[in-house]
Amino acid sequence: MAKVRGAVVVDKEGCKGCGICVDVCPHDVLDLNLEVNSRGYHYSYMKNPEACIGCSNCGVVCPDTCLTIYRVRV
Amino acid sequence: MDIKDIIKPENLVYQKSDVQIDTIMHYCPGCTHGVVHKILSELIDEMGIQENTVGVAPVGCAVFAYNYIDVDWQEAAHGRAPAVATGIVRTNPDKFVFTYQGDGDLASIGAAEILHACNRGENMLVVFINNGIYGMTGGQMAPTTIDGMVTSTTPGGRDIALNGYPMKITELIAQLPGTSYVTRQSAQNAGAVRKCKRSLKKGIQNVLDKKGTSFIEVVSTCSSGWKMTPVAANRWMEENMFPFYPLGDLKDGSKEPNLSKN
Repeated sequence: MAKVRGAVVVDKEGCKGCGICVDVCPHDVLDLNLEVNSRGYHYSYMKNPEACIGCSNCGVVCPDTCLTIYRVRV
Repeated sequence: MDIKDIIKPENLVYQKSDVQIDTIMHYCPGCTHGVVHKILSELIDEMGIQENTVGVAPVGCAVFAYNYIDVDWQEAAHGRAPAVATGIVRTNPDKFVFTYQGDGDLASIGAAEILHACNRGENMLVVFINNGIYGMTGGQMAPTTIDGMVTSTTPGGRDIALNGYPMKITELIAQLPGTSYVTRQSAQNAGAVRKCKRSLKKGIQNVLDKKGTSFIEVVSTCSSGWKMTPVAANRWMEENMFPFYPLGDLKDGSKEPNLSKN
């Protein structure tokens, strides 16, 4: 069975740490970082990058459009 | 496989639309305005109408929409966006004109303007963001505040005996003969955002086909005004707003033919 791998690139400065991407991710890939960006928000990051399937749910719901999604078949 | 091997231009599946200006929005974290701005930008980009689009911004948080969507904009006085849009669409009938309004703007001070613009069947799209409060000014009660909802001016919850009934303005507008497409959507998860995008696309297409007014309500959250986290606000909206504001199409067709000629 072909496996799909994905990756999420977060614009750290654009992220406001609302956590909606973490809530909608079906594979618990994303989480909010303990570190903050220059505006003091706990930006989103890939906690579990191996599990990402590149479904782009996180990108679709992101209110600040700071997620870029890549997907590849391996 | 390393992450660096996945992040290549040929594997790109989702990115910011070119119509959306590359700037950080002033909206609070988790605000639905950001999502609706994004899907509007994507649709304007996909349908190739950027040069032909005129937006009319409201008074409210979305007053700065011109900073985020790269089309022509006009700012209107509080609630008067449909009246200003009427002028624009009548002098430029080939333009795609839309108004973008909140519930305090559209359902309260602008109630007369929106009802009459829809009744005249002006050829424009109305995007109505309904979060049940006046978000920008500090979360006061709006006409759309649901029964029992706590706001800064109803700290004990809205009391219908004292404050009157919440207003379903979309149901009112669906009865008007000038409207072609009236729907209520939301944007709290990926499925809802994709449905909302399909509805907005249909609304834009109706305007391009000159079918009359298309009216799209988006039931939204205001996490700052509701004093909740963005994720909790989405849950609260699903549990409390959706029973009163059921999602779905209320009218789908085209405006009535000229009644006086019958």
